[in-house]
Amino acid sequence: MTLLRNAWLIPAIPAASFAVILLFGKRLPRQGSEVGILSLLVSWLLATGCAIQWIRLPVDHESHLREPVERGFTWFHNGMVQIGAGIHIDGLTVMMLFVVTFISLLVHIYSSAYMKDDRRFTHFYAALSLFTASMLLLVVADNLLLLLVGWELVGLCSFMLIGHWWEEKDNSNAALKAFFTTRTGDAGFMIGIIILFFAADTFNIAAINHAALEGHIGHTMLLVGAITLFMGPIGKSAQFPLHTWLPDAMAGPTPVSALIHAATMVVAGVYVVARCYGVFWAAFNIGDGGINLIAIIGGITILIAAMLAFVQDDIKKVLAYSTVSQLGYMIMGLGVGAWTGAIFHLFTHAFFKANLFLGAGSVSHSGSHHSFDMKKDMGGLKKHMPTTYRTFLIGSIALAGLPPLAGFWSKDEILNAAGKNGFTVFMWVGLIGAVMTAAYMTRCVYLTFFGEYRGHGHPHESPPAITGPLVVLSFFSIVAGFLAVGQRFGGWTLNEAIEHAHVPEYGFNVTAATMGTVAGLVGILLAGAYYFRNLGPRGLTDRSGLARGGYQLLANRYYLDHLYTGVIVGGIKGPLARAAYWFNQNVLDGVVHGAAAGARGAAAFTYDVIDQKVVDGLVNGAGVSAEEGGGWLRTIQTGRVQQYAAVLFAATAMFAIALIVWA
Amino acid sequence: MMLNYFLLLGALLFCMGVYGVLARRNGVLVLMAVELILNSVNINLIAFGAFNHTVAGQVFALFVIAIAAAEVGVGLAIVLLIYRNRRSIDVTEIDLMKG
Repeated sequence: MTLLRNAWLIPAIPAASFAVILLFGKRLPRQGSEVGILSLLVSWLLATGCAIQWIRLPVDHESHLREPVERGFTWFHNGMVQIGAGIHIDGLTVMMLFVVTFISLLVHIYSSAYMKDDRRFTHFYAALSLFTASMLLLVVADNLLLLLVGWELVGLCSFMLIGHWWEEKDNSNAALKAFFTTRTGDAGFMIGIIILFFAADTFNIAAINHAALEGHIGHTMLLVGAITLFMGPIGKSAQFPLHTWLPDAMAGPTPVSALIHAATMVVAGVYVVARCYGVFWAAFNIGDGGINLIAIIGGITILIAAMLAFVQDDIKKVLAYSTVSQLGYMIMGLGVGAWTGAIFHLFTHAFFKANLFLGAGSVSHSGSHHSFDMKKDMGGLKKHMPTTYRTFLIGSIALAGLPPLAGFWSKDEILNAAGKNGFTVFMWVGLIGAVMTAAYMTRCVYLTFFGEYRGHGHPHESPPAITGPLVVLSFFSIVAGFLAVGQRFGGWTLNEAIEHAHVPEYGFNVTAATMGTVAGLVGILLAGAYYFRNLGPRGLTDRSGLARGGYQLLANRYYLDHLYTGVIVGGIKGPLARAAYWFNQNVLDGVVHGAAAGARGAAAFTYDVIDQKVVDGLVNGAGVSAEEGGGWLRTIQTGRVQQYAAVLFAATAMFAIALIVWA
Repeated sequence: MMLNYFLLLGALLFCMGVYGVLARRNGVLVLMAVELILNSVNINLIAFGAFNHTVAGQVFALFVIAIAAAEVGVGLAIVLLIYRNRRSIDVTEIDLMKG
C-alpha cells in the first residue's frame, strides 16, 4: 500500500528531473542525460513496485475488484464548488504507469547513443523528462481537470519534440500541424469536460462514471458530453479524420516517435476513453450491440491507415500509419465493448511498436546514413545488422498477430469480443485490418532487410545503448501477451465502472484466435509471394487506370491534407484575413480613434471646467473664506484678559440660567 | 441646618471674586480675587457635604485648596516676571495677544 499511496512520486520525479536538467544539465559530464536516465530508473522501479503491490491487494469475493487507492487535496474553491486534485490508482493506472516509465526509460537510454552530439542534447532530455512527467500526471489524475493539465502538457512536449530540429521548415511545420490538429480535438474535449461537470456536478472521474451508469444524467446531455469528449481522443489518438498529424510528426527524432507517437502519448486518447468508459458505455449504449460512433471511427481508422501504409517509402511513415491503424483497433475495441482487449492491446502494442520504431531508428543511425527511405537507402541490411534485424522481425511478427507473440493475444481479444457482442461487421473490419497489417509489415521488412543494399553508407551494427533496448523490447514483445492467459490481465485491470456497467469478459477463444492467425498468415503469404517470390501482377499502376487512380488517392493520403490546408484553412484564411483587415481598419481603428477623441474631449472638459473652475474654485474659496472669516474673528481677540474673563463668566451665567429654567 | 446661610456666603464671596477679576487692574489683586472664587466654591462643597452627611465635599475642598496653592504659585511667578519685564503689573496693558 505504501507505494500505491505514494504513487504521486512517479510523476514528481521526472518533473524534478526536468527542472534539474534544464538548470544544470549543460554543466553535467553527460549533459543531463544521466539525470534523465536515473530519474526514470527510479520512477520505473516505483511503478514496478506499485504493480506488484496492486496485484497483491486483496480481491473482493463478490465483485472481484481491488479497492482503488485514492488520495487528494482541495486544489481551489470557487464559490461553493470545491475543485480537488488527487491520484486515483487502480489496475488501469498501474498498467499505464508501468508502460510509460518502462518505455520512457528505454528511450532515455537509447537516446544517449542516438542523439549523441546533437546540438540541443540537453534540451532534448529536459523535454523527454517533462513529457514523461506530464504523461504520468495524466495517468494518475483522479479528476478531469487535472487530467486535462497533463493532456495539454503532453501536447506541448509533443510539439517541442517534433520540432526539435526546427531549423528545417518542414520540421517546424510538422510540429505546428501536430499541435493545431490535436487542438482541434481538444476544443471538443474541453467542452465535453465542462458538459460532464455540469451534468454530474463534479470533475471526479469515478463519480462521473457512476452518475452516467446510474442514469443520473439525462441521455441527451450524456450523449452530447460523450461525443464532444470523444473529440479529444480523435485528435490525440490520431483517429480519422484528425489522423493526418501523426505521420508528419515523424519529423521528430526517432526516439521521440517511439516514445510519444507510438507507445505513450497517442494512447492517451484510448486511455481517456477507457478511463471514462462509464460515460461512453451509457451514452452510446455499447452494451446493446448497436453501431456507435466510437466503433465506426475506430473501424474506419484501421482500414484507411493500413491502406496508406502500403504506399509509403519512408520506414517511419509505414510505422506511423501502422500506429494509427493499431490505435484504431484500440478505439474500435472500446467501441465494441472489448474493454480489456483494447487496453491489453494498448499494453502489448506499446512494446512492439516502440521496438519497431527504435529498430527503424537503429537502421537509420547505423545502416542508411540517417535516411529513412526504404527504397533508396536500405535493403539487404539483414547481414550487416543482425541484432536490429532479429528484433525488428520479432516486432513485426508481434504486430502481425501471429501466435504466440504479444499482438496475437490482444488482437484476438478484441476480435473475439467484437464477434460475441454482436459487432460482426467490426470483427470483419478487424480481420481485414489484420491481413493488411501483416502484409505491409512484410513489405517493410523485405524492403529494409532483404534484397541488395541500395544505400551509399557503410552499414554496421548499432552500439549497445541502441541494441540493448531493442533486445529488451523484443523480449517483451514475445512474452507480454502471456499475461492474458487465464484472464490474469483482465482481473488486474478490472475497475468499478467496468464491473458496474457489466462489460462482458471473454476467455481465450480458439475460433477467433484461428481466424486472427489465418488473417495474419494470409497477409504475410500474399506480401511474401509478391516481394520474395516475385509472384503476382507487376506494373499494375501502368496498365490499369483504376489501380493508378487508387494509388494516386493513397499517395495523396485521400486528399485529406489538401482538404484541411487547401480548402478548409485556405477557404477560411483568405476571407477571414480580409474580414479581419476590414474589421481592423474600420471597426477597431474607429473604436480606437473614437476612444482617443473622446478621451481628449473629456480631458479638455476636465481641465477647463472641473479642474480650473470646480476644484480650484473650491480650494481658492476655502482660502478666501478662511481669510475673511479670520479677519472678522480677529477683532474679537482684543488681548485683554479681563474681557475674556467677562465673556467667560457671562457665558457660564447664561448656561446656569438655562439650566435652572429648563432643567 | 441653615444651609442657605452658607450658600449665601458662598454666593457673596463668588460675586466679590468675579468683581475683583473683572475690575481690578493689579495682577496680584486679580489672583487674590480668583482665590476668593475658589474659596466660595469650597464653602459650597463643604456645606453640601455636611448637609448630606458625607465627607466627599471636604475631600473635594481639600483638593481645590491644593490646586489653588499650585495655581497661585504659578500665577505669582508670572506676575513677577511681567513686572521684571515691564515694570508694571497692570493687566490691561498686557495685550500682546491682540488679533
